[in-house]
Amino acid sequence: MENITCACGHSNPYGTKLCEKCGRPLTEEEKQNKVVDMRYDGTAIRSKTYNKSIIDKIWNFFSSVKVGISLIIITLVTASLGTLLPQEMYVNAPDAVKPAYYEKVYGWFGKFYNNLGLSDLYSSWWFQIIVGMLGVSIIIASLDRGIPLYKSLKNQRVKRHESFMKRQRIVAEGQVTASPDEVLDKVEKKMKEMKYNVRRDGSALLAERGRFSRFGPYINHVGLILFLAGVMLRLVPGFYVDESIVVREGETRAITGMDGYFIENRDFILETHNNTPQGEQLKQGVNVVAKNFQTDITLYKQPEGAIAGDTSNLEKVKDYSIRVNHPLKEKGFALYQMGYRLDELKQMNFALKNKETGQSLGEVGIDLTNPEKEYDLGNGISIKLLVYTPDFSGFDNGAPQTASSAPNNPAFLFKMITPQTPEGETSFVEIQNTIEPLGYNQYEMKFAGIETRDSTTITIRKDRTIPILFVGGIIFMIGVAIGSYWNHRRLWLQVEPDGRVVMAAHVNKNMFSMKKDLDAVTEYAGLPQYTDQLDTIAEDEENASNGNKEEKGDNTL
Amino acid sequence: MDKKKKRLVSRTIILAILALAIGYTVYGTATKDKVELVKVGSEAPDFTLVDLDGEKHKLSDYKGQGVFLNFWGTWCKPCEKEMPAMDRQYQVFKDQGVQTLAVNIAQTDFEVQNFVDKYELSFPVVIDKTKDVMTTYNVGNLPATVMIDPDGKVAKIITGEMTEADIASYMELVKPE
Amino acid sequence: MSLIDLSGNLLYVAFVAYLVATLLFGGAIKQSNATGKNTEKWGKLAITVTLIGFFSQLGYFITRWIHTGHAPVSNMFEFTTAFGMFIVASFILIYFIYRMTALGLVALPVALLIIAYAAMFPNEVSPLVPSLQSHWLTIHVITAALGQSILAISAVAGLIYLLKVVDVTKKSKQRFWLEAVMYCLVVVIGFVVISSTFSAMDYESKYTYVDKEGATRQIVYNMPPIFGMNEFEAVEEHGMSPLVEMPGIINAKKLTTVAWSLLVGTILYWAIRLIARRRISAIFQPLVKKVNLQLLDEIGYRSVLIGFPVFTLGALIFAMIWAQIAWSRFWGWDPKEVWALITWLFYAAFLHLRLSKGWEGERSAWLALIGFGIILFNLIAVNLILAGLHSYA
Repeated sequence: MENITCACGHSNPYGTKLCEKCGRPLTEEEKQNKVVDMRYDGTAIRSKTYNKSIIDKIWNFFSSVKVGISLIIITLVTASLGTLLPQEMYVNAPDAVKPAYYEKVYGWFGKFYNNLGLSDLYSSWWFQIIVGMLGVSIIIASLDRGIPLYKSLKNQRVKRHESFMKRQRIVAEGQVTASPDEVLDKVEKKMKEMKYNVRRDGSALLAERGRFSRFGPYINHVGLILFLAGVMLRLVPGFYVDESIVVREGETRAITGMDGYFIENRDFILETHNNTPQGEQLKQGVNVVAKNFQTDITLYKQPEGAIAGDTSNLEKVKDYSIRVNHPLKEKGFALYQMGYRLDELKQMNFALKNKETGQSLGEVGIDLTNPEKEYDLGNGISIKLLVYTPDFSGFDNGAPQTASSAPNNPAFLFKMITPQTPEGETSFVEIQNTIEPLGYNQYEMKFAGIETRDSTTITIRKDRTIPILFVGGIIFMIGVAIGSYWNHRRLWLQVEPDGRVVMAAHVNKNMFSMKKDLDAVTEYAGLPQYTDQLDTIAEDEENASNGNKEEKGDNTL
Repeated sequence: MDKKKKRLVSRTIILAILALAIGYTVYGTATKDKVELVKVGSEAPDFTLVDLDGEKHKLSDYKGQGVFLNFWGTWCKPCEKEMPAMDRQYQVFKDQGVQTLAVNIAQTDFEVQNFVDKYELSFPVVIDKTKDVMTTYNVGNLPATVMIDPDGKVAKIITGEMTEADIASYMELVKPE
Repeated sequence: MSLIDLSGNLLYVAFVAYLVATLLFGGAIKQSNATGKNTEKWGKLAITVTLIGFFSQLGYFITRWIHTGHAPVSNMFEFTTAFGMFIVASFILIYFIYRMTALGLVALPVALLIIAYAAMFPNEVSPLVPSLQSHWLTIHVITAALGQSILAISAVAGLIYLLKVVDVTKKSKQRFWLEAVMYCLVVVIGFVVISSTFSAMDYESKYTYVDKEGATRQIVYNMPPIFGMNEFEAVEEHGMSPLVEMPGIINAKKLTTVAWSLLVGTILYWAIRLIARRRISAIFQPLVKKVNLQLLDEIGYRSVLIGFPVFTLGALIFAMIWAQIAWSRFWGWDPKEVWALITWLFYAAFLHLRLSKGWEGERSAWLALIGFGIILFNLIAVNLILAGLHSYA
C-alpha cells in the first residue's frame, strides 16, 4: 500500500480522503462531490486500507458500520421473538413439564416455539453470540475510527486549501474593503466571545468549539463495553449468587449462598389497603390491593471458625424488616422479600371423644414441628402417636406415605388408650377422614382446631459486577450526553492581502445553531454572506423536478 | 518488527481475546444450571450435627476412616429403598474403618426416629435442622451421597439411588489402607 | 370542589385548549398561505393557548399527585395522560428552538389522541401495590416517559416531512404507507368514539369461560361481544351473543374491543374520504406545502439526539436500578424490559444510519415513524397483550 502525496507535498496514508495537512480532496469521488464527506474528517479508516490475511478480513468485517447496524437490527428482531410467548422462567410449572406446558397451552405453535428454543431465547448460545458479535463490532469499529480521528483533529492545520473550503457545506466568498488584519482581528474577537478557540496562521484563521463532542460516541462505546464485560463477569464463580429459600415463622435456617449466616423468621406480615373497590374498579373485578409484604427477621452469624451445622453459639447480627423495595443488605449480599404462603399448619388439636356419648376425655395439641410419641391425659388416658405423615399421599403396603416434608396434608396413626380400652384402639386420622383399620372403635380423635403460621420466600443475591455495570452505565451516559448535547463547530477563514475572502464552516450536527454563530460573526466583521450548499442542492433538485420556481421555505413554518 | 507485522499481531491478539470472551460466556451459561455438589478431590467441608441420642458427630473426628455420607428424607422413596442395604454394608465395613453417617434434611425427631426404628438402622442418623450442612454441600435432589476418604478429601459423589453392590464398591473405595 | 375534582377539571381544560390550539396552528398556516401578514399573530396566539393547556394539565398532574400521595403515573390512565402531557412539553421545547408552526398541527392532535385514549381506562385513584411504593416510581417512569415524548417529536417532524414529499397523486408504496399511518390515527378516534358510546350506555354482558390453564373464570364485556371467550357461557347477556368463539390463549374481550375500534375507525375513515373526496394525507398536504424540509430533517434528527440520552437514562438505567431494588435483579427479560431495549436499539441504529449517506431526509422520516410505532407498541400492546410484570393496569 502506498501513501498518497498531496499537491501540497504532504504524504498521507493510503485511503485518506482529504489531505491531512491542507484538506485537498484526494480521491476521485471526493473531487466530484460538491460537499465533502467530513464524517471522520476524511481520515483513512484503518480497516478499509488493508485487506490481505484472514485476520484482516475478519477485522474489516467487524469494523464496518453497516455490519454494526445489521447486528443491532438482528439483535432487536431476535429479542422481540422472545416476547411472543412467555419465557420459561416466567412459566409457572416444574422444569420437566415445561415443554408439555407450551404444547398444552399454546398448541402447535407453542410446541414449535419451544422446540426452536425461543422459549429460553435470552440464555441461548446463539443469542449470546449475536450480542457478543455486536460487542466485537463496537470495539473494532471504534478503534478503527476513534484513533485516526483523534490524531487528525489534534494535528489540524489552520490553513486549508481552497478546494477543501469550497467543498464544505457552508461557504462564503467575496471581497472586503477593510484591511485583512482588521477583518481577522474582528473575527477572532467575535469568535472568542462565542467561546471558540481561535488560531491564526498568517492570512488564515481557524475557530473551533466543542471538539470533545466528537469523542462522545467513542466514550459511550467504552461504557457499553464495560457494561457487557460486567455482565460476562457474573459467570465467573464467586461474582454472582442468586438463591431462594423458604423460611417458616419461628424457624431458623442457614442462608443458602451466604456461608455462616442464619436467618430467623420472626413474623410475616401482610397488610392490605382498606380500599373499597369502586365504580370502574368494581366492574373490572379489582380486588383489595396489597399494601405491604414484610418479614421481620433476625440475622445471625456463626462465630469465626465455626463449622457447618454448629448453631450453638450464633451471634446476632441485626433485626430487620425485609419489605418489597427495602432489601436487607449485609456484606455485599442483599436479601429480598419475594413471596409468601399464608396459614401453613403448625399445630393440630384433637379431642378424644367417646363416639356414643360424645363425652370428651381431654384434648391434645400436636405440634407438627415436633410431634411427641405419647400424650398423657392423666387418669390412665393417653394417646400414642404411631405414625405421622406431614403430606399424606396414600398407603403403600398398608403403611401411610408422605409426599414431602411440608405439613400440607397431615395424617396420624393414633393408639387411644383409656381405662375402658387398656389395649388401645387404633385410628388413622387425616383431614376430614378417619379410618379404623382394626375394626370398630369406641373412641375417636375429633378434630378440634388448628394453629397456623406463614412462610416467606427470601431471595439472596450477591452481584459483585454491579459496580462495574454502574461505572459502565455512567460512562455511557456521559459519552452519549457529550455526543448528543454538544457539537463540534469549526470556521475556516482566509483573507488575502487584496481583500479576497474565503470562509467555510463545518458542524457535525445541529447546523441550526452554527448558522446563528455565523450570522453573528458575518454581521460583526462584515464578511460576505454565506450559502448553505445543501440548500442550494436541494433547491436545484426541487426546481429540476417541479420545473417551476417556488420561493424558498421560511423557518417560521 | 515492521509495521504490517505489528498490526497483524495486535489484531490477532484483540480478536482472540474477544473470541475467548464470547466462548467463555456461552460455555459459562450452558453449564450454569448444573448444580454441583462439593468438588471431587477437595477437602470435604467439616460439620457437626446431633444424632437422635443427642450425641454430636463431627466429620473431622472420623479422620483416618472413610466416611459414607448420605443425605436423605423420609418422603424420598429411593432413599428409603437403599437404607436397608446401607445398613448391611455398614455392618460389613464399620470394622474395616468405613463410617456411615446419614444426614436427614430438617425433619422432625419423631419422623426420623420412627423411620430408624422401622428399618432398625444401626448407623448414626443426624438431623440437619437448619439445612446448614445441606447448603454447605450444595445438595439439591435426594438421595445424595458423598464418599470421603481417610484424608478427609471427597473421593466420589453419587446422586440418585444406589444398589447394594454400588454401596459396597464405594465403601471399598474409601477404605483405609 | 375537592382536589380530585379540580384535577379532573384541569385535565378537561387542557384537552379543550389543545383542541383550540390545533385549530389556531392550522389558522396560522392558512394565513401565511394567503397573505403572510397575520402569521405571527396567529402563531403567537396558538402557542399561548398551547401553553395555557400545558400548564392546566400540569395542574391536573400536581393536584392528582397531592391527592393520591404518589406521582400519578401508576396505571394506564395516569401514565398515558402523562405521556400526552410530556409530548406537549417536548413540542413546546422544540417549538421555542425552531419556531416551526407546522409541528403544532401534528404534535397537538397526537397528544390529544393519546390523552383521549388514556381517558378510556378507569381513572379512579387506586392505592399502590408494594412493588410500586418507591421513589423510583416517580424517577423512572417520568424520565422514561419524557424520553419517549421527545423521541415522539421526531416522528411528528417525520410525518410532516412525508406529507410534504410523498406525491399523493401517484400510486406508490410511500403513498400507501403514509395513508396507512393516517388510517391508524383514525382507528384511535374510532376506539375513543365507540368506547365512550358504550360506556355512556352502561353496556355490560357477563360470561363465564375456561382460561388457558383450565380454570373457570368470569368476565364482563363493556362492548357487545363479537368474539367469545374459550367455552363461554352467558351469565347476563345483552344485545347480542358472541359470533365466534376463541381458543383459551386469546382474550376475546380485548379482541372484541379491537374489532369494534377497527369497524368504527374504518367507517369514519371512508366517511372522511368520501366527503373530502381525497385521501386524508391529501387533505393535510396543502397545510405543509411551505415547510422547510432541511429544517424538518434537522428537527427530526435533533429530537432523537435530545431524547435518546433521556430515554436511556429513564427506561434503561433508572429502570435497572429500581429493578435491582424491587425485584432483586436489574434485568429479567420481562416483555416490557425487552421492548424498552428494542426501542433503544432501534434509535441507536437510527443514529448510526444518520452517519451513512442517503439516510437523511425521507428515509429518516420513515424511521422516525417506525420508532414511534415501537414506543406505542411498548405502551399499548405489551401492557395489554403480552402479560408480564408491568401489567399494572
